[in-house]
Amino acid sequence: MNLPRLFQLNAGRRRFLLGAGALAASAAIPEVLFAHTGGSSRLVVVILRGALDGLAAVPPYGDPDYVSLHRELAIAAPGSTDGALALNNTFGLHPALSFLHERFAAGELIVFNAVASPYRDRSHFDGQNVLENGLAKPIGSADGWLNRALAALPASGRAADRAVAISQNVPLILRGEAAVMSKSPQATPDVDEDLLARLADLYSQDDWFSARLSEAVQTDKMVEGADDSANPKQPARAGVPDRVTAVARMAANLMRSDGGPEIAVIEAGGWDTHANQGGAKGILGTRLGGLDKALKSLADELGPLWPQTAVLVVTEFGRTAAVNGTRGTDHGTGGCAFLVGGAVRGGQVIADWPSLSRRALLDNRDLKPTLDLRSVFKAVLDEHMHVDANTLAKRVFPDSSGARPLQGLIRA
Amino acid sequence: MQAEIAVLRFGLGARPGELAAAAGDPRGWLLAQIKGAAPLAVDAPLAASDQIFAGLLAARDERQKIKQESAAHATDAKMVNAVREAYQPHYRAQVLARAQSAALTARPFAERLVHFWSNHFAVSADKGVVFGLAGTLENEAIRPHVGGRFVELLTAVEQHPAMIAFLDNQYSVGQDSMAAHFASQRSGAGLDARKRQFGINENLAREILELHTLGVNGGYSQADVTSFAQVITGWSIGGGRGRLAGGVPGRFYFRDNLHQPGPKVLLGKTYTEPGVRQGEAVLADLARRPETARFIATKLVRHFIADDPPKAAVDRVARAFLKSGGDLPQVYAALIASPESWEAGARKFKTPEDFVFSTLRALNVSPGQPEEVVRAFDLLGQRQYTPGSPAGWPDTSKSWDGSDALMHRVLWASRVGAKYESGVEPADLAASSLGAYARPETLTALRRATTSGQAVALLLMSPEFQRR
Repeated sequence: MNLPRLFQLNAGRRRFLLGAGALAASAAIPEVLFAHTGGSSRLVVVILRGALDGLAAVPPYGDPDYVSLHRELAIAAPGSTDGALALNNTFGLHPALSFLHERFAAGELIVFNAVASPYRDRSHFDGQNVLENGLAKPIGSADGWLNRALAALPASGRAADRAVAISQNVPLILRGEAAVMSKSPQATPDVDEDLLARLADLYSQDDWFSARLSEAVQTDKMVEGADDSANPKQPARAGVPDRVTAVARMAANLMRSDGGPEIAVIEAGGWDTHANQGGAKGILGTRLGGLDKALKSLADELGPLWPQTAVLVVTEFGRTAAVNGTRGTDHGTGGCAFLVGGAVRGGQVIADWPSLSRRALLDNRDLKPTLDLRSVFKAVLDEHMHVDANTLAKRVFPDSSGARPLQGLIRA
Repeated sequence: MQAEIAVLRFGLGARPGELAAAAGDPRGWLLAQIKGAAPLAVDAPLAASDQIFAGLLAARDERQKIKQESAAHATDAKMVNAVREAYQPHYRAQVLARAQSAALTARPFAERLVHFWSNHFAVSADKGVVFGLAGTLENEAIRPHVGGRFVELLTAVEQHPAMIAFLDNQYSVGQDSMAAHFASQRSGAGLDARKRQFGINENLAREILELHTLGVNGGYSQADVTSFAQVITGWSIGGGRGRLAGGVPGRFYFRDNLHQPGPKVLLGKTYTEPGVRQGEAVLADLARRPETARFIATKLVRHFIADDPPKAAVDRVARAFLKSGGDLPQVYAALIASPESWEAGARKFKTPEDFVFSTLRALNVSPGQPEEVVRAFDLLGQRQYTPGSPAGWPDTSKSWDGSDALMHRVLWASRVGAKYESGVEPADLAASSLGAYARPETLTALRRATTSGQAVALLLMSPEFQRR
C-alpha cells in the first residue's frame, strides 16, 4: 500500500500532505515491475492552455477562506450535493473528475496544488512559453524541455522517432533538435502513392521538406498498423470535450503500435474562464468532464501499457483566488497539476499549502505557489524516463538549481 | 525578382497577369494600395453586427422559453443549438466572403494588411457569443481603418461588440458605480457586501496592453491592468435587461451606471476625463507610446520579412510609426522602403490561410459555396476566425511546419488538382503564379506528371509555392 508521503515543510506553514492510504489499500492494484531499460516507460504530457482554475479543479474545501473568495464558483465539501470528491480532509477533486478520483483511490494519481512554473507575470502566452521552454524566462530558447530530454533518453534501439505531438504541428515543448512526429486525429486517407513518390523526388534537394514528408509517410504507416478496433470514427465536428478524447485515443493508438513513440504531447484549450465559469456544473465543469473522459480513454486504450505509463497534466498558471465581477476568475499564479498512471506512486496530495488568508495571497490576489513545476518535471524525467540528473540540471532545465527534483513520484 | 517579392510575399499570391502588372514598378504597385479603407472586394450579402446580435438575443429568448417549459438540464443541448443556429449562417457567409475577397481583390497588399490586423486584434469564433460576430470585427472595424491612423483603428476595435464580448467587458462593473450603489441601497447591504457582488473583469484591459498596444514587455504592471480595467468599466453592448437595459441592441454602448467614477492613474499619468472619454484618452496615449510603435513594427516585420525580424527593419518601421503619430500608410511605406524587404528568396513558410488564398489566386478561381472554404480550413488546421486565443494565430514557420500538417496540405492539393484538372496548362500556371521563383526541378516534375491534376498538386506542393 502507499504510505502518506513525507515532505519537507517550512516551519509555520500549514501542512496538508496526507495520503489516501486506506483508499489505496482497499483498491489493491497489483504493482507491475519492469526492467529499467530504455524504452519501457511511457510518458504523456497534457497541456491545458488558457490557465485552469486550480481552486475549482482541486478545491481546498478545508481552507477557511475558500468559500468567501471563490463564492458561487466554490465547490462544496464532500458529502454535500455536487460536492467535491474527497482526497483528504482539506482537498477534493471537482465532481466532474470521477475517473481521476478513482485513480487516486487506486493509488495511481498524485495531485499537486499551489504549484507554478517560475513565471510570475500573467500573460498566457509568456506563461505557456515558460511552461514549455523549461527556462525561468519566456524568451531565450527556441526549443522545449521535452525535446532536450529526448536527446538524453537511454537508448531504446528503436528506429522511429520516440515522441509524437498529437496535432498537425509541433508545440514548443517538443520542438528542437531531436526529431519528433506530429499526427492529428484527423485522418489523411487516399493520398495517392504516386503523388507522394513524385513529391519525394521533387523535395530531394530540399532537406526541410523531404524530412517532413518521409516522417509523415512513416507516421501514416504506423497508424495503419495500429489496432484501432476500439477507436470508432469521430464525428467531423465533435464538440470540444469529445475532441480531447479523440486526441487522447490517437495518442494511445500510436503508443501501442509496433515501434510506436514512448512520449506523446496532447493539448486542450478552453480554460480561460473570465466570465460565467460555473461551479460544480457549468462551463468549467463541462470542460473538466471532457478532460476526465479523455484521460479515461487514454488509460483504457493504452491497456497493457498503462502500468508503465505516467500522464502529466499541467497548465500555464492558476487564476485569481477571488471571483471577479463577471462570475469568473482572472489570471493568477499558483495552480494545480496532476500525475496519473499505472507507474505513478499515487494516492498522495503534494501541497505545501500557503492558505488563502489575505496575508498569504500573492500580490493580494493569487494563490502563492510553493512548488516549482520543474521539480515535478525533473522527478518524472529522472525516476520514470531515467534521464540522468546531471543532464537534467544542465541541459534540460538550465538555471533551475532552486528547483530540486521531488522524489518518490514513480513506483520503484 | 522584385515583382515576385511584391506580389508573392506582400500580396496574397499571383493571379494570372499580376506579376506582369507589378513588374514595371513593384514598390509603386504596393504603395498604390495602402491608403484609405479596404472594403471587401466582393458584394456579399453580409448582415451587420447589430442585426446579428439582435438575432442572438431573440435566440436567447427562445431558449429561455424552452428552459421554462421543460426540465432545465435536459435542454442544455437545445439551448446551445438555438444560439448556434442563429449564428451559423452568418459565420459561413463571412468566411465565404473573406475567401472570395482574397481570391479576387486587386489590392492584395491591403487585403493582407486587413488579415494582419484581424489577427493582431484577434477574436475567436469558438467562443459561443463571438461565433457569428467574428467576421464583423474585421469588416466593420478593421477594413475602414486599415489605411488610416492606428489610434482610430485601435478605438474602433476596442469599441466593437465582438471584441467587448470576446474579452468579457460588457459586464465589468465598478465597485463605486451607480449600479453598485443602487443595488446596495435596495438590499440594505453594506459596502463590503456590495464589493463582493460587483467587480471588474480584467480580460479586455490586460489584452489591450499586452497584445494590442504595448506588448508583454511594454513596462506595465498588474496595478496598471487593474486601473485600466476600472477605466473601461461601462464599455458594453446595447440591448440587455435590468441594469443592462439601454442602448441600441448590438452596438457599442457606454453604460454610465456601470462605470467606476473618478480619476485613475495608469502608467504614471492621472486621467480625469469623465465617462467613456477616459478610456478613449488612455487608448490615444497608448497608441503613441514608443513601446507600441516597437511592438507593432516587430509584428509587421515578422509577418512580411522573416520569422526572426531583422532589427534594422524594425527600427525603421518603429521610427516611422512614432514620427507620423501612427499614420499607417507611412508605417507601411517604411516597411516597403526597408532594403530587408527586398532580399531575394522566400523565407516565410505559408500558413494554411496563405496557402489556400494563394492557390485560389494562382488557379484564378473563387469559391462559390461556404462548404468549400470551411472544409479546406478544417482540413488544414486553421478554421477561419478561430485562433482560440486573443493572441491570434502564430506567425512563425515552426507553428505550422509539422509533418502531419504537410500531409494535410498534400491531401488538399490533390483534391484541388482533381477538381481543376481540365483546361490548365501546368507550365503556364507555374509561370503566372511563381514567375522567376519556379525552379527547373519543379518545371521538370510538372512536365512529367501523368495528369494535369497531378501537375497542379505538384505545383501547389512545390517548396517555392509553399513559401512566400
